[in-house]
Amino acid sequence: MTIEDFISKLEAEFEDVEPGTLKAETSFRDIEDWSSMHALIVIALIDTEYDVILSGTDLQAANTINDLFELVRTKQ
Amino acid sequence: MARFSISGVTISGIAACVPKQVVSNYDYDLLNEKERRLLVKTIGVETRHVAPKYTTTLDYACAAAEKLFEETNCDRSEIKLEIFVTQSRDFYLPSTAVIAQDKLGLPQDCMAFDIGLGCSGYTYGLSVAASIMKSTGIKKALLLVGDVSTVTCAYNDTSTYPLFGDAGTATLLELSKGNQWSFDLHSDGSGEEAIKIPHGGMRHLLTEESLIERKREDGNTRSDLHLQLDGLSVFNFSITKVPKSLNSFLDEVNADRELIDFFVMHQANKLMNETIRKKVKFDPVKVPYSLSQYGNTSSASIPLTMVSELGSQLGVPRKLLLSGFGVGLSWGHALIETNGVICPKVLEI
Repeated sequence: MTIEDFISKLEAEFEDVEPGTLKAETSFRDIEDWSSMHALIVIALIDTEYDVILSGTDLQAANTINDLFELVRTKQ
Repeated sequence: MARFSISGVTISGIAACVPKQVVSNYDYDLLNEKERRLLVKTIGVETRHVAPKYTTTLDYACAAAEKLFEETNCDRSEIKLEIFVTQSRDFYLPSTAVIAQDKLGLPQDCMAFDIGLGCSGYTYGLSVAASIMKSTGIKKALLLVGDVSTVTCAYNDTSTYPLFGDAGTATLLELSKGNQWSFDLHSDGSGEEAIKIPHGGMRHLLTEESLIERKREDGNTRSDLHLQLDGLSVFNFSITKVPKSLNSFLDEVNADRELIDFFVMHQANKLMNETIRKKVKFDPVKVPYSLSQYGNTSSASIPLTMVSELGSQLGVPRKLLLSGFGVGLSWGHALIETNGVICPKVLEI
């Protein structure tokens, strides 16, 4: 699993995000119109793709996409 | 482990009744157009049937039962067991099931009682009804299941308001030959906060304070008499414990997924249900959804989906996997065989 692959999977999930616009240092809450619905989408994606379950507390503690990526990596 | 099998019970018919009034999530003006589209796409709920004030679960369930008696030519004097599964009872006391006994003209030598469960209620109700029938020899039982949830959802709470719809259902069970039924039932009260109406019970009696609508940490506004739902916790519970227990249950009873005709899940949220479906490895054609039309109808969602989405397809012998999960936290699965279930079209009143 690479950060590039992780980012492209996230980009594919969000309708209004153009491929190549998200970076590792992007704060995921700054993605346009971020809502609790997106949190569910991210949790489902990470579960389906990486077999890792992130809790609400995990998400709260993370800020950037890289934080999420590292979380998934350590939990795998 | 509450995992057990019963044979010799079948479902003769199921009827469902919903309110006439339809509310569309595309009209929910607390969200902008883009947010509404994302909501419908993610949770899968387009419209919901909403009960008018003072029409209760009992009304919908009794209307469904009357339809069921008519369609199955059932002699109601033969019903000696009636169970009402609901979390939206008419009164603090007496039990809704006892009121239903009289309202439906069931005999007085019929045992009747409530089960206070929500999303997991249908599978629990089937297991209790079947167990009592087998141990007592009662030949016919009526299982009334449903909820009017919309009355407890605050309009200013986006985590609950667009999700729920109202419905009442009636299932007629009869002793029969054959038919292996297996159940797998679970509880985890440590998750009690995940889905809760905090006031109005004995722990927090209704006070003036209960009625005050306050803005919460999550940005939603509701009172303590409204339903609170921690979406992330429920989501995590549902995509971990539910598929894990389902897979272990199916393994233990040596169930061949190919031989299961339909997997009918509690209609919670499309993203969540699809995640479960993939983890339990069922083909999408075997997994019906009534979510888009009716929303999350709590305990009624499994029988309502069987009636609205499967209907006449249940008219021949079938093997069905049913799974209910949610408030409690409580979850239960049932693998049942049926010999032909009469399912009249969903009633609207």
